[in-house]
Amino acid sequence: MRRFLLVFFVKKLNLYLSGSKGKCGTFMFELIEGLKAAFRLVITFDPELWEISLRSLRVTLTALLIASLIAMPLGTYLAVQRFRYRRFVIAIINALMGLPPVVVGLIVYILLSRSGPFGVFNLLFTPTAMIIAQVVIITPLIASIAHQAMRELWAEYHDLLISLNTTKAQRIRTLIWDGRRNLLTAALAGFGRAIGEVGAIMIVGGNIDNVTRVLTTAIALETGKGDFALALGLGFVLIGIAVVVNLAIHALSRTEREGRW
Amino acid sequence: MTGMFPLTLNQVVVRRRGRLVIGPVDLTIGQGGPLIVMGPNGSGKTTLLRVMHGVERINAGSINWAREHPERHAFVFQSPIIMRRSVFENLAYPLRLLRRPKDEISDAVNHWITRIGLENRGTTSASRLSGGERQKLALARALIRKPDVLFLDEPCANLDGRATREIEALLQETAVTGTRVIMSTHDMGQARRLAQEIVFMLGGKVHETGDAQSAFANPKTAEFAAFQRGDIVT
Repeated sequence: MRRFLLVFFVKKLNLYLSGSKGKCGTFMFELIEGLKAAFRLVITFDPELWEISLRSLRVTLTALLIASLIAMPLGTYLAVQRFRYRRFVIAIINALMGLPPVVVGLIVYILLSRSGPFGVFNLLFTPTAMIIAQVVIITPLIASIAHQAMRELWAEYHDLLISLNTTKAQRIRTLIWDGRRNLLTAALAGFGRAIGEVGAIMIVGGNIDNVTRVLTTAIALETGKGDFALALGLGFVLIGIAVVVNLAIHALSRTEREGRW
Repeated sequence: MTGMFPLTLNQVVVRRRGRLVIGPVDLTIGQGGPLIVMGPNGSGKTTLLRVMHGVERINAGSINWAREHPERHAFVFQSPIIMRRSVFENLAYPLRLLRRPKDEISDAVNHWITRIGLENRGTTSASRLSGGERQKLALARALIRKPDVLFLDEPCANLDGRATREIEALLQETAVTGTRVIMSTHDMGQARRLAQEIVFMLGGKVHETGDAQSAFANPKTAEFAAFQRGDIVT
């Protein structure tokens, strides 16, 4: 049966490739052109690319910092503290992980628009609005992963920390410090979600050139314009940034495992 | 230093999910040398120690220290709880909680690192230590605060003979310095080597207490006599 399925699949694939050589060729051409564009943009230090990339990083890292400062202590607190609606709060946080970014963008838009409760601050279509939207999107994700990790560490440390007569604050600080590698992973997940986010920041940022345009919104724009090569080029830069940040955090984790910090 | 004694347990009962774990227990512990809590598996030794240390809630009765100072007693668990830190930081942790000066912490930690034979391994991640080294580290971390009372829950249960002897030597030195060692074990040989006083538990109740030598020579209860012989007691 398995052999039959394999033969069937190979035959179908051959049929598809022979019948769509033109489409396949176009795709490969665009992919290669995209790679070339990305390479050209990077090695020529294209000012626009650098500006967009740096803005992407600035917005994402700021959102990540704020979200981490909220989510990590929250996740740890939920691991350490028992209270009446704890399970309910955890369930809500887990549910919020799946928040559709477009809906978040819409809600933040309404809140920040002139007629909204925070309209007076004039934040709509600014990088700050994009940061707010990203914080809303990634905080539940980081809190949930942090809570899982801290719950395991708390089970490991529980008796020791109770035995040493530690205060709640001391327990939370200890767990955050000793679980920093797991928290780094949680932050990495948040970074991945935020840097690739497009729906919400398009709505609240407006994709304004030189103001709120970031890599993802620029890719969406170039795709819309039909400039697939540039869109792919920007896409490869985005992937490159994600890979570099991942590698940096991986290297940090390794040095931590070796007890260097 | 010895103002914390006597420790008195009055009609202490611990239940878990409706099941009686220990009790009712009446016990008075004064100053002295190592006190060994003995009994077969499931007799309530660990729970009794945890109750005395204050990390286990009681369902009935009362526990009274002559002078309540939770930071003056320490606990070493059967499976050593090693923090995800270096050897140095594991030892420094209890002192940092007390906000001791850096120099004092450094001196105390270096003293204990030498004492437990982990010289030049202060920066090593504690997770890389062997079972015996981990238990010695846990013991040193408990002793670094110079507690008046040291509780140990079968600290040598998973260790080989050599590591067991090293731990026992440390405990004997500790007892000499005036720290009251209260340890559980079901190893009769270890109990004979260390005990000055014994508490024999069975089925969650204290069956026999008193001076170790006379208890070993003339057990008051048939159950303790049987336990000494290595018979199965229930």
